[in-house]
Amino acid sequence: MTAPILVFGWGNPSRGDDALGPLFVERIEALGLPGVECLTDFQLQVEHALDLRDRRAVLFVDASVSAAAPFEVGEIQASPDASFTTHALSPQAVLQVYVELNDEQPPPCRLLAIRGETFELGAPPGREASANLDAAVLWARDWLQAGAPDGEPG
Amino acid sequence: MSSDLETAAHPEQLKRVAIDPVSRVEGHGKVTLLLDENNKVHQVRLHIVEFRGFEKFIQGRPYWEVPVMVQRLCGICPVSHHLAASKALDMIVGATQLTPTAEKIRRLMHYGQILQSHALHFFHLSSPDLLFGFDADVARRNVVGVIAAYPETAKKGVLLRKYGQEVIRMTAGKRVHGTGSIPGGVNKSLGAEERAALLKDAYQMVAWSREAVGLARQLFEQNAHFNNAFGRFDAHCMSLVRADGAMDLYHGGLRARDMTGGILFDHFDYSRYWDVIVEDVKPWSYMKFPFLRSLGPETGWYRVGPLARVANCDHIPTPLADKERAAFMAFPGAAGATLGYHWARMIEMLHAAESSKDLRHDDDIEGSDLVVTGERAERGVGVIEAPRGTLIHHYRVNENDEVIRANLIVSTTHNNQAMNEAIRQVARQYFDGREVTEGLLNHIEVAIRAFDPCLSCATHALGRMPLEVAIVSHGGTPIDRMFRDEHGRCSRE
Repeated sequence: MTAPILVFGWGNPSRGDDALGPLFVERIEALGLPGVECLTDFQLQVEHALDLRDRRAVLFVDASVSAAAPFEVGEIQASPDASFTTHALSPQAVLQVYVELNDEQPPPCRLLAIRGETFELGAPPGREASANLDAAVLWARDWLQAGAPDGEPG
Repeated sequence: MSSDLETAAHPEQLKRVAIDPVSRVEGHGKVTLLLDENNKVHQVRLHIVEFRGFEKFIQGRPYWEVPVMVQRLCGICPVSHHLAASKALDMIVGATQLTPTAEKIRRLMHYGQILQSHALHFFHLSSPDLLFGFDADVARRNVVGVIAAYPETAKKGVLLRKYGQEVIRMTAGKRVHGTGSIPGGVNKSLGAEERAALLKDAYQMVAWSREAVGLARQLFEQNAHFNNAFGRFDAHCMSLVRADGAMDLYHGGLRARDMTGGILFDHFDYSRYWDVIVEDVKPWSYMKFPFLRSLGPETGWYRVGPLARVANCDHIPTPLADKERAAFMAFPGAAGATLGYHWARMIEMLHAAESSKDLRHDDDIEGSDLVVTGERAERGVGVIEAPRGTLIHHYRVNENDEVIRANLIVSTTHNNQAMNEAIRQVARQYFDGREVTEGLLNHIEVAIRAFDPCLSCATHALGRMPLEVAIVSHGGTPIDRMFRDEHGRCSRE
């Protein structure tokens, strides 16, 4: 049976703060919260729209150089990906793919953007990014334990 | 060979057009065009900010960690690095001949990677240009636009990719960061349930791949004159081939053909690749320029990848793909056309789907004899035909089992000079004296995308991929600038 809540973090674990998404997923998975499935990948892709099926809520998680520290979280809507984002899709574009494939709106989705600074191959996450990750995990734990409620986050 | 636009005689008297970074190309690329006062192109260069820290990243690691570590070099084809490293380390542990189960599981994993990567490239990255036209509105010319306009085609692309990912998950053990391939073999085979699950959809994947070849062929044929001429250049080609000359994406000897189709070398043992390939350095680029040793740096560059492989082999050892190859090779000009890469790529996807289907009927993939070892060696070289072309991993390991030297030649590096040539041809065809528009810029991007270069790796923090075009006078004064943000909005300053 599909878990009602999906946590999907992405990034390269060996590229400095880009590891924030996968590390967040590891931390949440370790909590063993009922009804929560955790997935990770290097990047978002079209087929990830299929992972959204039959969910009640979805939390996307990525490192971000533009988010305010320690993190930003907000609801996201399906949007045609007019960007040129190389081999990776934006989370909004994944939702749009979901709409086009299923002819229905996706489940409520949020994007948790954890502030990152450096993305060097082989480097571990920086101290500030790790602190941002801790704060994000605390917020997410409470939110998930509350059943991923709608409404104003944080 | 066409290298006359590589270096201008008096660059200080020219004005510069920069395209940075190139869209829908992994990593960061930058194209500079130096124009004179009459807007005639004098110099064209593709600058690739390739990260050369691969070797340092690997050095000092215990060798058995390497097949897992190297997957983190690239978020696009991690399985290719996983397998190339494993093949190199097979030599280190003395595994000269894998067990049938190990080789077939690895092949299955590799075909899953080819399937999902080629599906991504064609349906997501290239079909928007091919279906809507290079000058179509960028808001429509993307994968979501394809899904909206061609929902059935797009849905098949998504499901083909999903299927390839499932093959990888079952053979590598995980959806990402798999551990299935190890020095000397694999650490798991397929269970009966997994095998049945994959077999259930295997014939559908072959059918859809066949349709994809048909679409790629139709798109090429219906505008054959344009597609043949776009970014066209003559080049040598190189790939692995099987002992009987057949296409083999997993293993074989190196074969190179010259631009007339003559064999330069054949069935060359890749464990001494440096006897036939030299990596050249140019002062204006961070990325190396490999060339064939026998021909030298000026004329010895070559192309790799789907177009090179389909043209280089004698036949494809699966019937449907071989039939499509015959049509491709018979179509005038296609085997030398930059946009022929897309057609060839879909032929390879069909071959991967057929090969995967055949392997699922093979009882060896449920076998239990997984690993062999032999006499320990200090040096190992692994070569595989990755989705984008020939991938070389080369390691030296000390007596403490630590990697002390690593050299990787990735597909994009092999194609470095070829991509530069394609851009030069496009610049000749489309940029002389014309206004710099988004559509024109996309012509250059389309030429680069044909090779599907993977320029760097998976750093992709939100909001980091703008496209900027700047024209600077020969005196250094900015005279025009076009900017496209991550949402596709264009602005001009």
